[in-house]
Amino acid sequence: MIEVKGLTKHFGPIKAVREVSFSVRKGEVLGFLGPNGAGKSTTMKMLTCFIAPTAGTASVKGFSILEQPIRVREQIGYLPESAPLYEDMTVEAFLRFVARVRGFQGKETDSRVARVYEICQLKPVRHQPIHTLSKGFRQRVCFAQALLHDPEILILDEPTDGLDPNQKHAVRELINSMGRDKCIILSTHILEEVDAVCTRAIIISEGQVKFDGSPEELRGRSETHGSVLLTLAGGNGDGLRSSLKGLASVKRIELLPSAQGKARLRCFPEPGKDITVELATWLRDKQLAPEEYVVERGRLDEVFRSITRSNGA
Amino acid sequence: MKQAANVLRREIYGYFASPVAYIFLIIFLMLAGYLTFVEGEFYEGRQASLLPFFYFHPILYLLFGPALSMRLWSEERKSGTIQLLLSLPITIFDAVLGKFLAAWIFVGVGLLLTFPMVLTVVYLGSPDYWAIFCGYLGSFLMAGVYLAIGSFTSALTKNQVVSFVIAILLSLVLFLAGFPNFTRQLESMLPLSAVNFIASFGFFTHFLSIMRGVIDLGDVFYYFSVMGLMLFANVLVLEARKAA
Repeated sequence: MIEVKGLTKHFGPIKAVREVSFSVRKGEVLGFLGPNGAGKSTTMKMLTCFIAPTAGTASVKGFSILEQPIRVREQIGYLPESAPLYEDMTVEAFLRFVARVRGFQGKETDSRVARVYEICQLKPVRHQPIHTLSKGFRQRVCFAQALLHDPEILILDEPTDGLDPNQKHAVRELINSMGRDKCIILSTHILEEVDAVCTRAIIISEGQVKFDGSPEELRGRSETHGSVLLTLAGGNGDGLRSSLKGLASVKRIELLPSAQGKARLRCFPEPGKDITVELATWLRDKQLAPEEYVVERGRLDEVFRSITRSNGA
Repeated sequence: MKQAANVLRREIYGYFASPVAYIFLIIFLMLAGYLTFVEGEFYEGRQASLLPFFYFHPILYLLFGPALSMRLWSEERKSGTIQLLLSLPITIFDAVLGKFLAAWIFVGVGLLLTFPMVLTVVYLGSPDYWAIFCGYLGSFLMAGVYLAIGSFTSALTKNQVVSFVIAILLSLVLFLAGFPNFTRQLESMLPLSAVNFIASFGFFTHFLSIMRGVIDLGDVFYYFSVMGLMLFANVLVLEARKAA
């Protein structure tokens, strides 16, 4: 539904986005990750035709962002970063304004507005001026605005920024519930969010795509991915280590600091091998009962750091 | 065009949602009254005419035009709502037109509220109704020019005060351009053709003839072309920002 080809944006000498290409299909929830200033928002602004690319192009449901910006905007629901809103309007007046702009009239407007009140739980504040609302409500008003025309494509710039944990959870639930029949791009720098809602992740850093794949693949890049953390009572760390070294799938062992009389070890697998079965067999043969046996799935923050850290090149 | 109407509605709402609109109208009416009765010596003239009333409108608008229009785009840019506005299916042209028309209608409301002036001259004597109509028409058209200038300068900056000051300067040049004293000063600096060009943009001369009850199509055309030019520049500035 979204095709991005070589999208590039320079602000004077600053190359904010450099030849970014990707495509997003229906049913995908794409997490846009990257450090601050990586070019996430700029890419999103180009997709909503708010700013024009320096080079490259993109199409949204077949409409070109260069030639048919209005058609593109009709397809998209957009939540800008930090939820800018017309402060002097009431929630009701604001949503009605957006509904009219989206081409709804009369009864249709009523039902559309009622629907987003329901989804975003805004009923209680509908007659309040927007400048009196808390951050959480503001974010939801802006979200509601993006959902009014029930768009197939949603572009959400940091949808959970500034929300408390409960509100974050609610927004994620909302995204999850819509994800199946929509195409959603959301930017975030909260990595757990990728786990919670995304079917795919793109990491951009310094304006370039550094990773494009599923959250699982992303985690697979983690050093600790697939490793097992073992804690054994009354073991001798060094002795266990040499014994474990003999296993075929074990690449290396790391001794971790532990309480007296206990041994904590992290066993790293050979690349592409599964360590868990062999390790379990080993434990049974030695008749050892581990106090702790944790298979690490890999840590996203670790991968994120290694991918986005500037390598000086 | 439909989208321009939607933007217009929102802007009008924006004006009246805050007390600013009412303060504006009150000060506008008070100042208009003061200028007419005191500075214009309305009674002393002993004529049932609104000339002393209209005569001060160019100066009144010099203050109110920029003040009313300074927020049109500056505020959108400062608060970031421009991202919201221009990611809705609205063209920049529609947005510019809608905002400008909203400000213009607001001034129109202010002008309508000066109706006691009309009642006064009707009570005092038998005025020339056509001249009154023309005065209002000319005043309204002239207000449009001031507002178009203000809308344009508002798109140049995030800062409303900067927008206000630049708008006053630009308006002042166009206002003074019609006066011989000002053009004589320019003649010492600029070639004659340039001075004539600037002088032709002065709107006071155009206003004078309309105010006296002469609707010359040339004058009307002048007002609309300056408005069109300013709004076109306004669109260009916003388009340029998009590509910057």
